[in-house]
Amino acid sequence: MSLQPLGIVVAYLVLALGVGLVAYRVGGSDAEDFYLASRTLGTLVLLFTTFATLLSAFTFFGGPNLAYAAGPEWILVMGVMDGVLFAILWYVIGYRQWLIGRAREYVTLGEMLGDRFASPGLRGLVAGVSLLWLFPYVMLQQMGAGEALRGLTGGAVPYWGGAALITLFMIVYVMLAGLRGVAWTDTLQGLFMLSVLWIAVVWILGSLGGLGAATRGMVAANPDFAALGGGLYTPQFIVSSAVTIAFGVTMFPQINQRFFVAKSATVLKRSFALWPVLVLLLFVPAFMLGAWAAGLPIEVPEGANVLSVLLSEYTPGWFAALVVAGAMAAMMSSSDSMLLSGSAYFTRDLYRPFVRPEASDRREAWVARIGVAVFALLAFVASLSRPGTLIEVGDTAFSGFALLAPPVIVALYWEATTRDGMLVGVAVPQLLYLAHVLVPATPVEVGGTTVSLLARSYGGWDVALAFMLLAAALTVGVSLVSSPAIDEDATRFAVGSD
Amino acid sequence: MRSIRDWLWIVAFVVLVVFSVPWFLWGTSTVVAGLPVWLWWHIGWMCVAAVVFALFTRTGWDRLMGVDTEAAPRPDRGERR
Repeated sequence: MSLQPLGIVVAYLVLALGVGLVAYRVGGSDAEDFYLASRTLGTLVLLFTTFATLLSAFTFFGGPNLAYAAGPEWILVMGVMDGVLFAILWYVIGYRQWLIGRAREYVTLGEMLGDRFASPGLRGLVAGVSLLWLFPYVMLQQMGAGEALRGLTGGAVPYWGGAALITLFMIVYVMLAGLRGVAWTDTLQGLFMLSVLWIAVVWILGSLGGLGAATRGMVAANPDFAALGGGLYTPQFIVSSAVTIAFGVTMFPQINQRFFVAKSATVLKRSFALWPVLVLLLFVPAFMLGAWAAGLPIEVPEGANVLSVLLSEYTPGWFAALVVAGAMAAMMSSSDSMLLSGSAYFTRDLYRPFVRPEASDRREAWVARIGVAVFALLAFVASLSRPGTLIEVGDTAFSGFALLAPPVIVALYWEATTRDGMLVGVAVPQLLYLAHVLVPATPVEVGGTTVSLLARSYGGWDVALAFMLLAAALTVGVSLVSSPAIDEDATRFAVGSD
Repeated sequence: MRSIRDWLWIVAFVVLVVFSVPWFLWGTSTVVAGLPVWLWWHIGWMCVAAVVFALFTRTGWDRLMGVDTEAAPRPDRGERR
């Protein structure tokens, strides 16, 4: 069955292109339509496009692998992180941004901040920092897609060929469809993923003799899988992961831009309340499948995905291929959203303010499309040589983005925030964190005890947590001691009648 | 000034976040009806969160944000180009 899954993947690509064509015909030609679908997304589409963008590939591959190796407690991390914390941030950051963005027609985070603080520098800084973390993350997706296609076809498609196919498809698709098309396919995909996952659970539990038997098998093989905590899962690990990822997600360009696109407040409210339900429906089955697999007599080769192995063992070949194809498609849905937003940040916050301020709206929409192609090609070229530095940066992207969240929240809610406060609050934690990511940890003797300088974590706590606090403290502190520049306008962030 | 009701919402959110992980079940490996007992807690807690969030959207959503719905410049529905 080496080429059958490829056939299914290609069939999916063709279907998605069809959706893209329809979206292209429906949409307008200006930049706001291309990036934000003219701010008209409804509940179902907004919910699923955010969701599919957020965690698609991880849900299918990374999550079950983790549960297989370390136990199913990651479900709880997902619960705090996506079910509750992200939902609250959806309100605290998302609703606020939506209110401000609707009134003043902002398209990107940098644009919003740059306008409020009358600072093209801040706008460029936010966009630059975002692209710095986004680029390697896109590269990681392409690497994943290349590997997955090679695995899927038993080597018939080489690594570079798989990555190239995905890159080419994404460029054509995103250039054509814009956000509307991306959101539509995400919705189809999200519903598809959810259905196949539950069918897989029913199928596998059926052949294992039910829920009780599957869990008994898991406990017999790994007695501590049923226990909460243990092994990898320390309280520090759970809290660090949940906090950095939840805050980081809100600042990922493709998620943050979605805060601007809801049709109405009702859409935001419904999505907010449905969030925990969706988390429940998606992650419990996905991760329990991985955990149950630990009690089964299956061989998972090094580097393979437990879900693929499980499915090919217990379900018919065509179904396994369908799920894997769905996962591949999911991987693409995160990447195409990232490409689109990356290009939005580049054209709106770097190209237009610094290179060509007089560019027309139509011209900008074209530059945006070219930006997508350039961004994707550069990431593809980088993915061929797999530079270690970029991989490190991509792996820590969530924490890197999380450092942006505190200054943004302060700016959204505190009128006395100043431009200097923002510049320092954004730049300094980023530099410090990059140093911790890129420079190897060095042990130093201090008063008889050895302390690691520049380590990624201390006592199990992610060092990014400390830098998040520092970012908030610097933003507030510097704002207090500096005075606002003359052209700053705090009223641009006012949302009420006050 | 925030009212007591506003503060109660904030407390409710904090409680929702803190007990998303059932810390009091740490190390417990009891299996109930085919699933670890902490997983049942998770399932129940996510449902509670959804209900609390839904209630919040009806009562606290705009007040906590300081938005005056009466004076909203635009109607809630309707497309904008």
